[in-house]
Amino acid sequence: MVVAPMGERAPILHMREVDKTFNGGIVALEHMSLDVNEGDFISLLGPSGCGKSTALRLIAGLMPPTAGRIEWEGGQGADDLGVVFQEPTLMPWATVEKNVFLPFRLRGQSFGKVRDRIHEVLALVGLEKFHKSYPRELSGGMKMRVSIARALVTNPRLILMDEPFAALDEITRQKLNDDLLSLKAKTGATVIFVTHSVFESVFLSDRILIMAARPGRVIREITVDAPYPRGIDWRTAPEYGVIAREASATLHGALAQTEAAE
Amino acid sequence: MTAPDIGLEERRQKAQSGSAPLIDADEQRRARRRRNEEIAKYAIPIAVMTLAIWYWDRLVVWNEIEPYILPRPGLVLSTLIEDWGTLSQSLLVTLQITGFALAVAVVGGVGLAVIFSLSRFAEMSFSPFAVILQVTPIVSIAPLIFIYIESRMVGLLMCAWIVAFFPILANTTLGLKSADHNLRDLFTIYRANRWQRLVHLQLPSALPYFLGGLKIAGGLALIGAVVAEYVAGTGGIGSGLAFRILEAGYRLQIPRMFAALILIAITGVIIYATTSLIAHLALRKWHESALKRE
Ligand SMILES: Nc1ncnc2c1ncn2[C@@H]1O[C@H](COP(=O)(O)OP(=O)(O)O)[C@@H](O)[C@H]1O
Ligand SMILES: [Mg+2]
Repeated sequence: MVVAPMGERAPILHMREVDKTFNGGIVALEHMSLDVNEGDFISLLGPSGCGKSTALRLIAGLMPPTAGRIEWEGGQGADDLGVVFQEPTLMPWATVEKNVFLPFRLRGQSFGKVRDRIHEVLALVGLEKFHKSYPRELSGGMKMRVSIARALVTNPRLILMDEPFAALDEITRQKLNDDLLSLKAKTGATVIFVTHSVFESVFLSDRILIMAARPGRVIREITVDAPYPRGIDWRTAPEYGVIAREASATLHGALAQTEAAE
Repeated sequence: MTAPDIGLEERRQKAQSGSAPLIDADEQRRARRRRNEEIAKYAIPIAVMTLAIWYWDRLVVWNEIEPYILPRPGLVLSTLIEDWGTLSQSLLVTLQITGFALAVAVVGGVGLAVIFSLSRFAEMSFSPFAVILQVTPIVSIAPLIFIYIESRMVGLLMCAWIVAFFPILANTTLGLKSADHNLRDLFTIYRANRWQRLVHLQLPSALPYFLGGLKIAGGLALIGAVVAEYVAGTGGIGSGLAFRILEAGYRLQIPRMFAALILIAITGVIIYATTSLIAHLALRKWHESALKRE
């Protein structure tokens, strides 16, 4: 199990002691620090309400932190981010290709110039035949693929995914997990992936940040030292079970503590 | 070796139901019902309407009702044809007022809604006026309008516009605010400017709401045009259907009243059908409301 040491990957983003307190006095996130390096697949794992979405929204710049700093290596550019939400979040009035076109459109680029790129990414997610379809005509899993294609199309430095597969059935979800990893292998994308599924996080990521609620914080980081590509072999490997058990134990311990504190 | 089993199962089913396999029979039944419903959708209203008109005719004949109280349908029809010269002129006037008022209401309503969405200040300043205009019955405003506005035509137009304007403004304003919040975040992340947000996110999101408002406004514009003309009274050239009804009433030309009334009803139906068609065509590709489900 050899992976490139962390030092060899170029850093992308640093979070330093980031706090987020909402108006009501709810501490959604406390002292979160995180270094994201190129090619990382980082999972934020925790129960609902532990500040996972808050962390992503802070990184996306949708709101400012109450304290601490979020710094992009070399400053933040317009192409730095791709985002996938829990819902596919497609524009129902636009075709699949026009949905994927959105990031380019908002930069003022013409469709003709980027059509090839759009179709290339649609082929990557297995939807090249559906470029003229409307979202309504697609299944839940297919819509999510369009959403992923849209996040990938500009080749962003970092992709944020907030429980993207939580609303899908288990079979579709596993398939999309496999496909996500092969996409990552092909594109070298860097991903921060929010989930409340232990197995999903162990299967996908090379680092898992386990979080607890009230206040929302990172309580443990687990490194998953398995090489990519991962597939059925990894899902059934003994180490997979060991890490999953460890993550579960940490989560349950934290949950019991939170409940006892109330 | 499953094939013989299936054959056996099929035979057993056939024996039980006395016909084709279950699925096929069910499907056939459903197809038949669909076909019947399709026919019934048109046949039933036409049949009932015909029956009602026939009964109206019989009622007049059986009770020997005078034509100046209730004319026979045939008499109404012949009056419509005889007076077509005058009535068609009036129909044209009413249509023009309604259509023009609706067009101005669309432009004004959508324009104001966009301004509201761009500026909270504008919304806070002007929405009370819009509400006051809306909640005050048009019959009570109309006399004032005809005092201040010289041109009868412009006065009528204004009355029709006042009633048609509000549903478009209210619905479009709501629609512009109803864009999906995740999509809004996405536009922020991709650094969309105000204009891009309006054109690519808010206006498409508002389209179904706007079209709903348009359907209501179409009917209201006609009502506004007719009511205003009752208030305006005096006729002459440029009189609409409402004035023809008033005039015929004074002269006890009841068949002519019916003829004008029928034209107003038909106008209303045509306006409704047109706005519904526009809504359907605009939304059929993507919106849930235009979706056909089994
Ligand atoms: N805009 C907001 N205003 C007030 N409280 C919020 C807001 N967003 C999230 N919170 C609170 O912050 C905490 C963390 O929320 P969130 O980051 O959405 O958790 P997660 O995504 O892990 O389920 C929760 O207690 C939530 O109620
Ligand atoms: Mg969340």
